[in-house]
Amino acid sequence: MSPLKDPARTIQRKWAAAKESAIKAFFFVNGIAAVVVLLGIFGVLLYTSVPAFREIDLKEFLGNTVWDPTSPEKAEYGILSMLASTFLVTIGALAIAVPVGIGVAAYLSDVAHWRVREIVKPIVEILAGIPSVVVGFLGIVLFGPAIAKIFGIAHGLNALNGSVLLAIMSLPTIISISEDSLNAVPTAYAEASYGLGATRWQTLVRVKIPAALSGIIAAVMLGMGRAIGETMTVLMATGNARSFPTGIFESVRTMTANIAIELGEVPYHTTHYYALFAIGLVLFVITFLVNMAADIVLRKYQEREQ
Amino acid sequence: MKRKVFQFLGFMLLRTCLYIVLAVLLLFLYDIIRKGGGAISWEFLSQPPRRGMTEGGIFPAIFGTFLVTMITSVLAVPMGMFAAIYLNEYARQTRLTRLLRLAIRNLSGVPSIVYGLFGVILFVNIFAFGTSILSAGLTLGLLTLPWTITASEEALKTVPNSYREGALALGATKWQSIRTNVLPYALPGMLTGTVLGLARAAGETAPIMFTGAAFFLPILPKSLGDQFMALPYHLYIMATQHHNILKVRPLAYATALVLIVLVLGMNMTAVVIRYRLRRKRRMGS
Repeated sequence: MSPLKDPARTIQRKWAAAKESAIKAFFFVNGIAAVVVLLGIFGVLLYTSVPAFREIDLKEFLGNTVWDPTSPEKAEYGILSMLASTFLVTIGALAIAVPVGIGVAAYLSDVAHWRVREIVKPIVEILAGIPSVVVGFLGIVLFGPAIAKIFGIAHGLNALNGSVLLAIMSLPTIISISEDSLNAVPTAYAEASYGLGATRWQTLVRVKIPAALSGIIAAVMLGMGRAIGETMTVLMATGNARSFPTGIFESVRTMTANIAIELGEVPYHTTHYYALFAIGLVLFVITFLVNMAADIVLRKYQEREQ
Repeated sequence: MKRKVFQFLGFMLLRTCLYIVLAVLLLFLYDIIRKGGGAISWEFLSQPPRRGMTEGGIFPAIFGTFLVTMITSVLAVPMGMFAAIYLNEYARQTRLTRLLRLAIRNLSGVPSIVYGLFGVILFVNIFAFGTSILSAGLTLGLLTLPWTITASEEALKTVPNSYREGALALGATKWQSIRTNVLPYALPGMLTGTVLGLARAAGETAPIMFTGAAFFLPILPKSLGDQFMALPYHLYIMATQHHNILKVRPLAYATALVLIVLVLGMNMTAVVIRYRLRRKRRMGS
């Protein structure tokens, strides 16, 4: 009898095939966990936020600048001030981190000797590895007093401090992705530019950076996503005043900081408790949209390169 | 000539950007080492805090961070590896696969405080683990998952295809080829990647604030259902919530130093191992 028709062999082969598909199914289940978690987070936030809107008008929630849930007369649940604070601190951070980050990326990709690059890249990774609570601590003990001294104000726990710290925290993301996209520009572009008599600086500024622009934009947006969602740093360094921000020297309270401050003290299953989850939902949606936009930009640019 | 001057100034500007970043990092490390180094002693590392946290050490916080990171790794390391194996070895380029990758990238952009909120509902309330090491560790585990998946997949991508094909050509099944040829080659890289993820998780504060970390607990936790002290949360308390912040500032600095040494130590071990591995491979091939 040929080995192919041996019944014992057939069973063995079937058993082996069943085992293979069971193994594949096992890995698949682990593979889809990410989708489940992402949907789970969204679902839980949505479900827990809904009761808040039985008492709060959505328009008031998004449009009112006063957040005072524990007021004895009339509790108010407006997140506009926090929303504005989050964006003020984030935009300040980007104003610092974008030029510096692109500068470092351009230096590493186009100017530095490869040995310098080999040393600097792990150092930038170290910066990314510093825990946010340590950065916040340095905001209190190092940057706060420095800002107070330089600008002659009473204390340095304000939006500017938060922006500086968030800039430092989003730099590694901006540097590494910008550098990757600068390196991915085809060498033919640069060679053509040199062939026309351009200097390395002209080639960098007029050819390479424009060619890598979508990657750089994606890098900036990812850095922005990080800055919007960062909690401990802003919680510790920005002073946490509830008022609507009017300038970078004002003490501000971001959405993340407000959740961190109040969630520990609020009684379970009150409107205030649910409203904090609603802030979390707003935060989730904003960072999701920013990350999606970055992703689309990055994808487009990778497709074009191929 | 003018163009050369422009180029010189331009490059100098770029170099200045780099110097700024390096200077900030040095300033960070210098300040913490100088002001935290003095308060570090054997007593500080081995004793619980005393007298309302104005004296004594941080041993319960070190121990708590160690325990919670263990729980984190129990969830995030195997799941991350399995998911990466699916994505790199089994998944075809379908719409579902693209959706999976999109979810992973988005997951790594979810703010850490949002993971905290999720952990409060899922682990503390629905699973009824209460505020505990278990809840905090699992919350951190979910936060770490996208990092461990990505890192593991990077390691799998470095395995040459000939390794897989060689096994398949000899009649091995898919799983046999993965087990005997792919994994042994990829495992060291997968592990270093996951250690990097765990180091980041160990330094996180926002996800554990409401899922189990305690303000002050002089005794060590007895089970995974207990609350715990953690280094990052302890630093937050010492820096902002303590009744006598200025008096405990040296202790806060020392806590920051211990936390940084721990996190960067884990980071650097991983980076050094990865570097050695790459060099060995380059020489071997």
